[in-house]
Amino acid sequence: MARAITTQRKVIITAAAWAVGLLIFFPIYWTILTSFKTEAQAINDPPLFFNFDWTLENYAIVQERSNYMRYLWNSVIIAGGSTLLGILVAVPAAWSMAFVPSKRTKDILLWMLSTKMLPAVGVLYPISLIFVEFNLLDTRIGLVVVLMLINLPIIVWMLYTYFREIPVDILEAARMDGASLREEILYVLTPMAIPGIASTILLNFILAWNEAFWTLNLTAAQAAPLTAFIASYSSPEGLFFAKLSAASTMAIAPILILGWFSQKQLVRGLTFGAVK
Amino acid sequence: MATQHSRSAARLMMAPAVVLLLGWMLVPLTLTLFFSFKKYLPMRGDSLERGLDWVGFDNYVRFLGSSSFWPSVQATLVIVGGVLAITVILGIFLALLLDQPFWGQGIVRILVIAPFFVMPTVSALVWKNMFMDPINGILAHLWRFFGAEPVSWLSDASVQSIILIVSWQWLPFATLILLTAIQSLDSEQLEAAEMDGAPPVKRFFYIILPHLGRAITIVILIQTIFLLSIFAEIFVTTGGAFGTRTLTYLIFQRVIDSQNIGLGSAGGVYAIILANIVAIFLMRIVGKNLDQ
Amino acid sequence: MGRIVLEKVKKSFGDVTVIPPLDLEINDGEFVVFVGPSGCGKSTLLRLIAGLEDVSGGKIEIDGNDATFIPPAKRGLAMVFQSYALYPHMTVRKNIAFPLRMAKLDQAEIDRRVNNAAEVLNLSDYIDRRPGQLSGGQRQRVAIGRAIVREPAAFLFDEPLSNLDAALRVGMRLEISELHKRLKTTMIYVTHDQVEAMTMADKIVVLRAGNIEQVGSPLELYRAPKNLFVAGFIGSPKMNFIEGEEAAKHGAHTIGIRPEHIEVSGDKGAWSGVVGVSEHLGSDTFFHIHETGLAETITVRADGEVDFKHGDRIHLTPREDVIHKFDANGLRIE
Repeated sequence: MARAITTQRKVIITAAAWAVGLLIFFPIYWTILTSFKTEAQAINDPPLFFNFDWTLENYAIVQERSNYMRYLWNSVIIAGGSTLLGILVAVPAAWSMAFVPSKRTKDILLWMLSTKMLPAVGVLYPISLIFVEFNLLDTRIGLVVVLMLINLPIIVWMLYTYFREIPVDILEAARMDGASLREEILYVLTPMAIPGIASTILLNFILAWNEAFWTLNLTAAQAAPLTAFIASYSSPEGLFFAKLSAASTMAIAPILILGWFSQKQLVRGLTFGAVK
Repeated sequence: MATQHSRSAARLMMAPAVVLLLGWMLVPLTLTLFFSFKKYLPMRGDSLERGLDWVGFDNYVRFLGSSSFWPSVQATLVIVGGVLAITVILGIFLALLLDQPFWGQGIVRILVIAPFFVMPTVSALVWKNMFMDPINGILAHLWRFFGAEPVSWLSDASVQSIILIVSWQWLPFATLILLTAIQSLDSEQLEAAEMDGAPPVKRFFYIILPHLGRAITIVILIQTIFLLSIFAEIFVTTGGAFGTRTLTYLIFQRVIDSQNIGLGSAGGVYAIILANIVAIFLMRIVGKNLDQ
Repeated sequence: MGRIVLEKVKKSFGDVTVIPPLDLEINDGEFVVFVGPSGCGKSTLLRLIAGLEDVSGGKIEIDGNDATFIPPAKRGLAMVFQSYALYPHMTVRKNIAFPLRMAKLDQAEIDRRVNNAAEVLNLSDYIDRRPGQLSGGQRQRVAIGRAIVREPAAFLFDEPLSNLDAALRVGMRLEISELHKRLKTTMIYVTHDQVEAMTMADKIVVLRAGNIEQVGSPLELYRAPKNLFVAGFIGSPKMNFIEGEEAAKHGAHTIGIRPEHIEVSGDKGAWSGVVGVSEHLGSDTFFHIHETGLAETITVRADGEVDFKHGDRIHLTPREDVIHKFDANGLRIE
């Protein structure tokens, strides 16, 4: 049904789309670029786009000053741990709801979604109280649990929408073919659901990585992830744009790359399957 | 449709998720409700061990009556409304643009979606310093280039600046969802309209826009829920000064800065009620979707 | 092997009864077709036999053993689904081998049976492809292959041809019939298409709203439908029903006469009417006759060469010996 489009029209659209795309991307591009400049070049007027001395020293300074690796490691542990823990809890739940739905399934799903809407600030104090009580303040395990709980509804929902696309017929065929429940899950369902599980992991890793309310409020030094690492650059001190850029680049680079892989799943995950 | 055996297995598999979320919801909620009816100022010697004074609805009344309350509601509404308007309107245009065939679609899509993956603290800091700094920021350079006086964005146009930063973060989300929705539009519908003699503008208003209706509603609802609780963007830029103290931030300050737990908890209850009003609408839509 | 007996089998979902208590016997080696309009409970009945649904009451016996509470995997039945339900991540070979792998057969035996099935079903050329790369007809064959390698007590087919195009459907119909003749295994086949039922079945079970309306061989059902529903459902085009005065002449509330049992003539006959739409199939022609004073439309079958124009007045004569008579309750009068 494709119709021939005039080249002229396509050129105009291409130019417009690229202009908009580059404009939106510019702050990120500029941050990455600035991270390779010296502090003086970073604030040069007019701004320098190419003709500057590329340097890596900002990265060295940032690492030395704030021990980037420790924050990075905390981020990885917290985001990864909460996601995997969430998957472990959510997979069985999503399986049940997708394949053995009952009259209450819909209500349970919506209720789970509603817990996601609880404003964090409304329960900040009780949670910190509980954290103090159980010695969880500034621990990674505490954040793993909290972020897991925050993202659990999204994980369940995403998996649920993926599982629902697997025809029940195929699972029943496995049952008729003599597979036990375990074999049905292991040999038929899991291989078919792997793309869905993978994208769920990806998106939730990103969400946990970027979470900035609980990570800022429940950590101090030990368990602080990259969100806090960056927040420590919020008060200016002399010339610091290049260093800030280096730190920012280090904080967002890993997730930017993952994010590009997950853009398709993002829509489904964040709209709870309402837009596909 | 299933057998008894699979139903009981299913119930068992669902239990951990349900129990965890139930705990996550009920325990803090109960505590917040409890504190909201108490006088609780840890800095002035109140403590749980010695018992807290019951003050009835005092905290609720005081929270509403405080001189910061209405400005914070106003700030919240202006910021949320501003971001919604910008992201939805620009999002529709962007989605329409990106839906057209052009060279490098994949790359442009990646460029457009990128801001969504930048953590809020980073985007706030980058905008605050490298773009909005009145001396060395790019925008200051730009203003000077055109011979204008640079603006102190975060103090003189603080609310607009916050709206700009947050819109930049959320525009990709709106665009992506609207683009997905546009792509799901049956092209035969558009072709039928074309056959019926509808010009492009009419096709947009009578076919594309109604088709996007649901996606737009969803974008608005989901963004509202996230935007009502934006925190990091304010935390690292203005710290709630210059009229950017939203309801969320006000509650945060009551609890953390002034250590007035009772008052903050009452505010928290208001915030929960507010979020739930939005949530009910979102759930209606999502719930309908489940029935299909 | 393959005798299935249902005793007072009942199924309800919540308050809704889908299948009221029902008895049915399926003999070893029989090709039984469950036929009925959509929503008549025929698929549910098949799923009850398969064990994919619990019965709400009654007993299912397979080869003399009570199978009511045996899980589907252990009933020794194979099923071909409407959607084929092939495992998309496995090749044709692995799909067909899956039930054998579940039964823990040794590899040599699995290979032997799979190759054998592939040959019988003409799948050898596609054996290493995935289902996504196959056409509808090929997928259908893989699904059948997966069923036959198990050498089950009975095959269950759930509308297996409804996703195929018309030409392929006729071909697969013959193949399945052929397969039955060769394997001599019990087959239970669900369809809403009475042509499939008539052409394939040894025994047809006509269902409506979960009730068995009639059980019998295709010709029994054709010749002596027990009630108006079966009479109208079996046979194509549909039987003509005439009420009122004309029926009273035969001592019935309603009489039914099949289109192929009415003779048409340009000049004389018992009834007369005006030709509406004519459907020329080549071998036959179907005329839809209006203004007969008997029913809104009377459909008649004539020879392919007969040619009347729209609006012609023609005459009809029913064959008296094959007029079906029904009482006020719609039941057959012998």
